[in-house]
Amino acid sequence: MACFLVPTAEAIVTTVVAKCMKDAEVDPASVGDAVQAAKEDGRISWRTKLSWLNGLLWGGAVLLCLEHVWHGEVVFYPPFLTAMHSPADTAVMLKEMGTVGVGMALLVTAVWGVMILIVDRSPSLRTALAGRRG
Amino acid sequence: MTLVLTLVAAIVVTVLRFAKPDIAVRNKLGLLALFYWGASVMWCVDGFASLAEGEAFIEISGKAAMADDALLGMCVVLLGLVVWAVCKAVAHFSDRSRAQH
Repeated sequence: MACFLVPTAEAIVTTVVAKCMKDAEVDPASVGDAVQAAKEDGRISWRTKLSWLNGLLWGGAVLLCLEHVWHGEVVFYPPFLTAMHSPADTAVMLKEMGTVGVGMALLVTAVWGVMILIVDRSPSLRTALAGRRG
Repeated sequence: MTLVLTLVAAIVVTVLRFAKPDIAVRNKLGLLALFYWGASVMWCVDGFASLAEGEAFIEISGKAAMADDALLGMCVVLLGLVVWAVCKAVAHFSDRSRAQH
């Protein structure tokens, strides 16, 4: 019904965090030894790792939004969610957001966690990604 | 079918990402792969939720429903490409304006 809104909310938070990290890196005074060391030994910065999470969350949320539009659960006029028309449907929608939506956000974050664990433990993959990021 | 098509797109783009690194870097294929993987993971959760409610993981009842789902899957893959193209264009113009300043 509106499960994609939970990953969307997480995506907004992670995008803001990534933007703050980017601004901090742009400021020459804030570029510390850790950032320099990371560049030298091929480690991937947390900003880049966070951009992967952003890609997973935004991509998933946008594509799921299309599915909801397709099924008539999201419309282009207020209140935008057809489940908001009746309190009973709204309750079902909120329950779905709390179960399926939270599950989506958690699983995507877990997948991202596994991704960065693998990348951090695999020098060859890390070098490939650091040198040839897509 | 939507999940299957998105998953296939995710696998194809990921293979391209690592098989053709030069093209991947130029075209930000990693971002496109992340879009499709994110959607695939989310639809998997949706599928497991359907299973928990006693429904099928993937809807395969009736040709019309499957055709509708397949069409949706193709539209999803297409939308992923459109969003990726927009992201690429925004990054391109952002880099250009940064270079000019």
